[in-house]
Amino acid sequence: MPDPTSVPGLETAAVENIILTAENITKIFPGTVALEDVSFSVRQGKVNVLIGENGAGKSTLMKILAGVERPTHGRILLDGREIQLHSPLDANRFGIGIIYQELNLCANLSVVDNIFLAREKTRSGLIAHKPQREQARELINRLEQKIDPDQLLGDLRLGEQQIVEIAKALAQDVRILIMDEPTSALSAAEVEVLFRIIRELKSRGVAIIYISHKLEELLQIGDYITILRDGRKVAEAEAKDINVPWLIEKMVGRNPANLFTRKEHQLGNVLLKVENMTMPRAGGGYLLDHVSFELREGEILGFYGLMGAGRSDLVDCLAGARPQATGRIQLNGQPVTVTTISERIESGFVLVPEDRQRYGLVQTLSVMDNMLLASLKKYLKGIFLARKEEKAATDQQIKELSVRVANPLQPITALSGGNQQKVVVGKGLLTHPKVLLLDEPTRGIDVGAKSEIFEIMNRLAAQKYGVIFVSSELKEVLAMSDRILVMSKGAITGEFSHQEATEEKLVAASAVGHGPSNGGNHHGSGN
Amino acid sequence: MDQETKTNPAPMKKRRNITKTDVQQFLLRGRAFIALILVFVVFTSLTPQFLTTGNIVIMSKHVAINALLAIGMTFVILTGGIDLSVGSIVGMVAMIAGGLINEGINLPQLGIIIYPHTWMIVLLSLALGTLMGAISGFVITRFNVAPFIATLGMLYVARGIAGLRNNGYTFPNLIGRPEYGNTGFEILGAGNFLGVNYSIWLMGILTLVAYIVTTRLPFGRHVYAIGGNERAAELSGVRIARSKIIVYSISGFCSALVGLIIASQLVAAHPATGESFELNAIAAVVLGGTSLAGGRGSMGGTLIGAFVIGVLGDGLVMMGVSSFWQKVIKGAVIVLAVIIDQVQARMQERIALQEQQEMK
Repeated sequence: MPDPTSVPGLETAAVENIILTAENITKIFPGTVALEDVSFSVRQGKVNVLIGENGAGKSTLMKILAGVERPTHGRILLDGREIQLHSPLDANRFGIGIIYQELNLCANLSVVDNIFLAREKTRSGLIAHKPQREQARELINRLEQKIDPDQLLGDLRLGEQQIVEIAKALAQDVRILIMDEPTSALSAAEVEVLFRIIRELKSRGVAIIYISHKLEELLQIGDYITILRDGRKVAEAEAKDINVPWLIEKMVGRNPANLFTRKEHQLGNVLLKVENMTMPRAGGGYLLDHVSFELREGEILGFYGLMGAGRSDLVDCLAGARPQATGRIQLNGQPVTVTTISERIESGFVLVPEDRQRYGLVQTLSVMDNMLLASLKKYLKGIFLARKEEKAATDQQIKELSVRVANPLQPITALSGGNQQKVVVGKGLLTHPKVLLLDEPTRGIDVGAKSEIFEIMNRLAAQKYGVIFVSSELKEVLAMSDRILVMSKGAITGEFSHQEATEEKLVAASAVGHGPSNGGNHHGSGN
Repeated sequence: MDQETKTNPAPMKKRRNITKTDVQQFLLRGRAFIALILVFVVFTSLTPQFLTTGNIVIMSKHVAINALLAIGMTFVILTGGIDLSVGSIVGMVAMIAGGLINEGINLPQLGIIIYPHTWMIVLLSLALGTLMGAISGFVITRFNVAPFIATLGMLYVARGIAGLRNNGYTFPNLIGRPEYGNTGFEILGAGNFLGVNYSIWLMGILTLVAYIVTTRLPFGRHVYAIGGNERAAELSGVRIARSKIIVYSISGFCSALVGLIIASQLVAAHPATGESFELNAIAAVVLGGTSLAGGRGSMGGTLIGAFVIGVLGDGLVMMGVSSFWQKVIKGAVIVLAVIIDQVQARMQERIALQEQQEMK
């Protein structure tokens, strides 16, 4: 592997083509430092790729360039002059367009209305419907799609909505176009069309900033690659000089297999048995398609899959958050019949949810109140909460999980992301669960905190907890799991023991049912 | 953090000097109390008879009505909801209680009229108010109706029932008759204990109970958690629907209590009793520093807020300020309070960021 963090000679090459520069950008959010002193140059007529793991700061940097967020420190130069971006409208005025990862479209409006939202074509103050519709149709044709411009956006499927989002950006005649994971919802054929559009834009001198997790895709379409890790820039290179293994090493920093070591532990009896867990999807098909599996005491069971494969839906079901799900659950041989979240917690399931900020924390409460929220009943004296016991339980968890906090009465928002996550885990553990459902527990936290979370998982497994570990990070799943189940389109498509699992096998199994071009040759031994 | 502790010893860091931010924070946090003192000082200097025992008792009685409603409202607003129906429930409960005293329960099929004891009437009225609140809570949680709409509906329904009960007429002279055993209703409004009116005692007791509930019971913690992040609370096992129904029931209970107190004080029940009381209650809650978004606030703040509004109103009356100007001033004070609230929130966020920086 090449060792230097940046390829020599790159800085001097093609400097004259730089159109936009983000200089020494730092961005601090309550709870995390998202970006630390990052500089990023965008070259005209090129695809400037930005990559990094989840939480590395890519999306934050994009939001700053698009005027959605303002940097805490640092400046942005366009054509060598400093510019101030106070709003997306400002960015637009400077010719910067963005295609968001989460679709920023209004489901209640038509395709045309979405494409021209806030930039309506008008004739003497009234919306000029006809020219809008014609231009919309033209754009959609250019993207080789058959979408009726008058259709309600909410009636389109996800991939089509993504196309509309792209059309919306194209309608703006931009000089710089930011694409934040534009292909995540597209089929292989649609990706081909998108790439053709990108090449066309390049030839017209448009600078593209491209973010994606699909490394092969990046090397195919990208010209310049910038790698972020934990909010810092770690490397820059030209796409032609590098390969996928080099990218992975730079992204991860160290070999994660060394960082996250799984401890061998004895597996006990079957703790959890799930049979035919099924949940229909609104509009046909299944979110969960007859999922059955077993979990043993002291086992870390990894769930791998692509976005929307149904892993989060599965753990939500087990936690009782999806009352519409059907299927049989047995815990220690006893059927679990209760359905509400609070009853499931009492019977021994606890969920550490995927999105810490939205589902895990109550931002208005202190560290202690967050920690105890799920287990308040345990600290009662009569009908009153006993402060002493509350404090003792909190202090103990803070110590055991080594949460770095000056005072448990501090607001939870004053903690870093990793420490916030430990509080959420602690909250779960205080309910004395039997099955711990960890949904992307390492998302958006730094490497040090990650390895601490894995440490905790090892300890819990040794204490005979059953741990279900949902993750999109291949390396982490491979390193930590005793057994791995792969899901695709709501069904289990592969099962691998720790010994037999490899990245290729997991990726292949996760692509089952996703079209012929990338459907795996090796199917997992799904049963 | 390590470096910090190495360079300056720990106690030094704890006992750091009082900074400008600390003073600002203190002033902002105690703003409702400071406002109250300010209002007292201004009115005392402008009107000599303001700070007399007699006047303070009268003002406290006025405050008690609003404070009792505001206590229930605080629970609701802490969950991120709103209850617009409290004023109407006040009127409805007053009419129902008045009707029970003057007309009893008429059962024409059996040819009898039942006159319940006064204490039974009080209990029935309180139960009715609580039930009305519970219905709002049920509609909100079961059918996912926005609290604003559900309680707006209840506002109309309850006011309508208040009018229907006696075709829009007042129930006068609610003293009952000794032969029916339903006398003594007026004691609730007029009675004193240790020289202090019952309504003021009730205000004190309910504030204390509400304070304990919000700070010492799991339910109180749940209320704050729901207002702060409902989904996170739910995933932690908090029973959202149950908690919300209880919260609106508490608000209904407080409204019923106020309805009884007013009917008793006037010894009459009028169907328009309590009109626009909900707005005064909301104003008191907000003035007391409770966030309309939910999750932040306190009962103590609400009590102070109710006093600010009550004292401001009575003081302006005593100064002879026109009722139109009174409204303008009240409105300005409420909006100003919320502006200050926002300033404080932003400041706290900044301080949280600083703390986080220092910890690094």
